[in-house]
Amino acid sequence: MAKRSLLKRLGISGGTFVVAVPYIWLLLFFAVPFIIVLKISFSDIDLAIPPYKPLIESAGNHLIAIKLNFNNYFFLFTDSLYFSAFLNSIKVAFISTVLCLLVGYPMAYGIARSAPATRNILLLLVVLPFWTSLLLRVYAWIGLLKANGVINNVLQWMGLIDEPLPMLYTQFAMYIGIVYSYLPFMILPLYSNLEKMNWQLLEAAQDLGCRPWQSFYKITLPLSRNGILAGSMLVFIPAVGEFVIPALLGGPNALMIGRILWDEFFSNRAWPVASAVAILLLIVLVPFMMWYQSVQARESAGDGR
Amino acid sequence: MSIPATVPLKPAPWKDPSARPYVQLERLTKKFGDFTAVDDISLKIYQGEIFCLLGASGCGKTTLLRMLGGFETPTSGKILIDGEDMAGVPPYQRPVNMMFQSYAIFPHMNVEQNVAFGLKQDGVSKAQIKERVATMLDLVKMGDFARRKPHQLSGGQRQRVALARSLVKRPKLLLLDEPLGALDKKLREHTQFELISLQEKLGVTFVVVTHDQEEAMTLASRIGVMNHGEIVQTGTPSEIYEFPSTKFVADFIGSVNMFEGKLVEDEPNYVRIQSDELGSTIFVNHGISSPPQAVVWAAIRPEKIFMSIARPEGTDNIVQGAVQDIAYLGDLSIFLVKLPTGKVVRVTRPNTSRHSEEITWDQQVYLNWDSTSPVVVTR
Repeated sequence: MAKRSLLKRLGISGGTFVVAVPYIWLLLFFAVPFIIVLKISFSDIDLAIPPYKPLIESAGNHLIAIKLNFNNYFFLFTDSLYFSAFLNSIKVAFISTVLCLLVGYPMAYGIARSAPATRNILLLLVVLPFWTSLLLRVYAWIGLLKANGVINNVLQWMGLIDEPLPMLYTQFAMYIGIVYSYLPFMILPLYSNLEKMNWQLLEAAQDLGCRPWQSFYKITLPLSRNGILAGSMLVFIPAVGEFVIPALLGGPNALMIGRILWDEFFSNRAWPVASAVAILLLIVLVPFMMWYQSVQARESAGDGR
Repeated sequence: MSIPATVPLKPAPWKDPSARPYVQLERLTKKFGDFTAVDDISLKIYQGEIFCLLGASGCGKTTLLRMLGGFETPTSGKILIDGEDMAGVPPYQRPVNMMFQSYAIFPHMNVEQNVAFGLKQDGVSKAQIKERVATMLDLVKMGDFARRKPHQLSGGQRQRVALARSLVKRPKLLLLDEPLGALDKKLREHTQFELISLQEKLGVTFVVVTHDQEEAMTLASRIGVMNHGEIVQTGTPSEIYEFPSTKFVADFIGSVNMFEGKLVEDEPNYVRIQSDELGSTIFVNHGISSPPQAVVWAAIRPEKIFMSIARPEGTDNIVQGAVQDIAYLGDLSIFLVKLPTGKVVRVTRPNTSRHSEEITWDQQVYLNWDSTSPVVVTR
């Protein structure tokens, strides 16, 4: 009771309080670290702890000097390593998104068209991997893909191959890992979109002369556009910055921006450069995030159906 | 309320043994697991007809329609359309179009694109599509709404778009699943007549599924009354109403007073039925084919029972009762009259004058009916 009256005295209603708490949380644990990273990205590198020079210095005479150092950003554009890493990350994320879509669309479609009782079981199976940590699941893939791993052993035992296939530490393994990990993020929004579909529309299309694949192409696909976009963004955005999967499954030449960031930060102790990479990555992804937001807004407004 | 269907000038094709049916069902059956949705139906539908399949929900009428459209495969039996066996012919190759109950208008296309869809699919030239779509939209009075998206349309407008879309391909046979079900009462009545005039103009054969008997009576050239997957009676609206063949049909179409009784006099030109429910005998002026002493039912429509305070002349078909309830509907009034046996009889009386004979609650009245009025059914 005492607390309530305190809130009241401060002029804060219960509703405001409930909304304010998560916002304060986000402010503290997202905005503040972001500002710190932003600050570091404008500092000079230094052989000290922490390994950068302060942004704000006293210049005597009660003056302070703020030195904004854009060199870290310029550096990213002079060394082609960063550009190609960015490009490669976007390429990998794009290919992964397309693969997820190719695998996920039929699955989402199948779930949406199954009987309501089986539907829940199928959805549960999609979400089931989340019950164990990502790291464990990626390690499990190492066990499957390595030279004397499950897959190679089975293939050799069946006599299909003489020597183990080199699968681990290749692009192939990396894509398997990414597609496997991100597939639920593609399936769930697609499913929730397809589930709202009026299937009688397909019968109407057939009645008007469409073969089944034509009615899919002309009716189902355009009507699930928002689901496709939402799922693709949910895969693409985090996949661009993905670090764990390429590091564990991909080869040494899997040049991803997340990997570069890690190396700059921990191996080179170049915090300012690493921070600049992080900020730039964010700038690259912001348009995609905004696009995703607008798709989400459209989807919940029910436009286009 | 019901309006008789248009009277054909030629003898009705279903009465002409030489007429070739346009749609022919031969012993058609559809089973879903153990459930028989359509049970051994044979039926002939002729060109230019509006044939209504009428029945309560779950009677199999929609399944039958979907089999005609090619969306369900018959378990056994045959469907012939224009003499051609439809077995294995997919929906997109049938000379049939369907108007769906939900209208199934494509939400991502505007009115014009919806109507043009089928023509585009058939590879009709652009100029032709434009012309035919415009003509069709004018026909259903949607010409001004060509650029609207479906979500900007009212229920009645959507119905028109769905109709235009299914008619623009000029099908020989149009299947309509509860075409007016989603419309409110006033609009429904109006649209019924529009649908008939459109059908006459285009000469398309309609097969309509409905659970609304008034809709069926208004639209149909013939009605097939369905129950439990079977067609229990086929006939023109007036045949179905005036000469129901079973208790079910008599009861399903309109309201009826049903009196159970025994055949006590069975002559070729008249019968007399002793009904304990009525507490009297019913005299019917035509013979029926039923064994004597058999249990039969006499069905008498409420509007065919006359009610008076003074005892009418004659001896047959007169009973006395007390008015239990009155419902004034404006054009007519419904009276519920309780007989001494406890049976309640429903009587309707048109309010032909503004000050008609005053009959009030609890009044003793005489009920009588013409000896041609009862319909005797044996099952």
